[in-house]
Amino acid sequence: MEPINLLWIDYTILIAYVAFVIGIGWALSRYMKTSADFLTSARSIPTWVTGLAFISANLGALELVGMAASGAKYGIGTAHFYWLGAIPAMIFLAVFMMPFYYGSKARSVPEYLKMRFDERTRALNSVAFAVMTIFASGISMNALAKLLNQLLGWNYDVSLWVCSAVVLLYVLKGGLTSAIYTEVLQFFMIVLGFAPVVYLGLKDVGGWGAMNKSLETVALNSNAVGSDFAANAWTSAWQPLLAGPTHNPMGVDIFAMVFGLGFVLSFGYWCTNFLVVQRAMAAKDMAAARNTPLVAAVPKMFFPFLVIVPGMIAVALTAMPSKDYRVPPPVIAQENYTRAIEAVRNANPADPAAGVAAVEAALGEKVHAEKLTSLITDSSRSSLTDAQIKTGIYNSIAAYDYDGVILSLVKKYCPPGLLGLALTALLASFMSGMAGNVTAFNTVFTYDLYQAYFVKNQTDKHYFWAGKVVTVVGILLSIAAAYFASMYNNAMDIIQLVFGFVNAPLFATFLLGMFWKRTTGTGAFVGLFLGIGSSALFHALTIASGNPPGVKGGYLGVLHAFPSEMAQNFWLASFAFIICFVLTVAISLGTKSQKTDEDLKGLVYSLTPKIKPGDVPFYLQPGVVGVVLLVVCVIMNVIFW
Amino acid sequence: MGLDIRWPIGLMFTLIGALLTGFGAFKADYSLSLGININLIWGVLLLLFGAGMLLGAIRGKNDKP
Repeated sequence: MEPINLLWIDYTILIAYVAFVIGIGWALSRYMKTSADFLTSARSIPTWVTGLAFISANLGALELVGMAASGAKYGIGTAHFYWLGAIPAMIFLAVFMMPFYYGSKARSVPEYLKMRFDERTRALNSVAFAVMTIFASGISMNALAKLLNQLLGWNYDVSLWVCSAVVLLYVLKGGLTSAIYTEVLQFFMIVLGFAPVVYLGLKDVGGWGAMNKSLETVALNSNAVGSDFAANAWTSAWQPLLAGPTHNPMGVDIFAMVFGLGFVLSFGYWCTNFLVVQRAMAAKDMAAARNTPLVAAVPKMFFPFLVIVPGMIAVALTAMPSKDYRVPPPVIAQENYTRAIEAVRNANPADPAAGVAAVEAALGEKVHAEKLTSLITDSSRSSLTDAQIKTGIYNSIAAYDYDGVILSLVKKYCPPGLLGLALTALLASFMSGMAGNVTAFNTVFTYDLYQAYFVKNQTDKHYFWAGKVVTVVGILLSIAAAYFASMYNNAMDIIQLVFGFVNAPLFATFLLGMFWKRTTGTGAFVGLFLGIGSSALFHALTIASGNPPGVKGGYLGVLHAFPSEMAQNFWLASFAFIICFVLTVAISLGTKSQKTDEDLKGLVYSLTPKIKPGDVPFYLQPGVVGVVLLVVCVIMNVIFW
Repeated sequence: MGLDIRWPIGLMFTLIGALLTGFGAFKADYSLSLGININLIWGVLLLLFGAGMLLGAIRGKNDKP
């Protein structure tokens, strides 16, 4: 992709946004007096704000870039990450789990584990969580810097450090409150910045019906190895899934999807990940805390239209010859293009195979032989300019860089002005992701590691100060992780993998801890520890077909090959959950609990008095709202069946 | 906590909306956006959204003691 030039209007919008987020941090800094103000917002924020922040903290690189990429690769089936893999878990968190998180007065998820079990589980969870947030944040920042580099020609290092500095500035000034407030601002920025791009894309492709028609030809002409797609492989969510792994582009079977994603990964993420749960814990009272995930579920339900549909539009457009658009190829350095142009000029039209081989060697990428052969023929007949040949080469490159989809659409449809808005929205999504991770990291690190194990019994002033230092360290570590992530291509796969290792068994621990009072500290710890170990072992012994053993699994040999990486990840999560669940139950039955029923009051379902609805009308009670949301969610699934 | 978030959201979108609307009123080439003056349309929409947020903030101010 050629870098694009921004006009003053685009820069003005970008700068206005940055000024406002920093301004929010500044305005809040005078309220930051204790470590609780800084790290937990002192439980003071209204519901609609925590609700939108809840969803926005999750709206990082994973959502905008990754979901558009998945929309292109897998079609509407990607919506399973929302309608199956998010909404039910969010409702469960609100109705059943929030009372324990909020009611226990724990300041973090690991601290709840300490109250319910003991120090061991907390230490394991907080260390794993701290590492994970740093990686998530680093992956997100790497993606941002790479995009700014490719799209605007900005220097990778400068982009990375400047964006991190902005996040640092407002988080350091206003703490969690600042992160939550800016997340709300970012939420609106992202929705209002991308909606016009989706609108223009849909209009260009000829509307929803025309898009689906084009996607049907994509499905029928797909030559993916070992696949057998029906026409609706990209346009139906459930039918291709029910037909089996060879019939849907994800290569996933129904059990892995429903149990692996819909139950284990989804509940593991939404119900135990402190990054999102922290937003609800910052709410001003119990009712607000329980309503937070419910408020969040409403926009979440409709996000597929904002983040997945662009990918579907891109693939549909690519299949329409009249549209002069393709899903972008991998980014290739200009000097490789220059050599490839030379190779096209020097190629002998009588021996196209040699010409194709020369161009592929120059590019370092496979090309469509037919397209390139006709380019070589054209070039020999009439003198084409370098730019014309480059376009021809660009269009003939076989590989797709799906992560580039969203930006290529922004570039295609946005005139100056709207371009500034869309880019700002993109920037906002990355910043909200990073700020979310950093604020979760600093709370867990300060309270659950530093205060718990390193420097105990100091004044609050000390921990307030420590929280700020940890924030700076967290950002620096994120930057290091970003450089690490820059060595890998598909950020989404890595994130899924890490979630699989750490979060999958974790939900078994919480489920048993909250709903079975017999669960003991030893049972929870050993179960969780071996659960994480079993996911690592599972990964070491399985592989996704197409991947060479030793890179993404199969380090110790290959016992089973899955049709796709996604199937491997979902099965890994299912396996780890079951191991953790069974071991925790077995060990709990064989050990004696250190906690009395009195200790567990407020921490375990059966020992906690039911919350009285108070004067809340019945239609606003979390249980009722949850059921309504669930019904809407089912309707969405049926519409896109 | 002290600050009503509707103020910054309202101010920012009013500002950006005004910028886009103004820019859309003058710039002529909209071939990229399929011939639609998307800046003008979207600018007005952002202005309305921003104004709505500010209105909420002003009303909210009177609610609190």
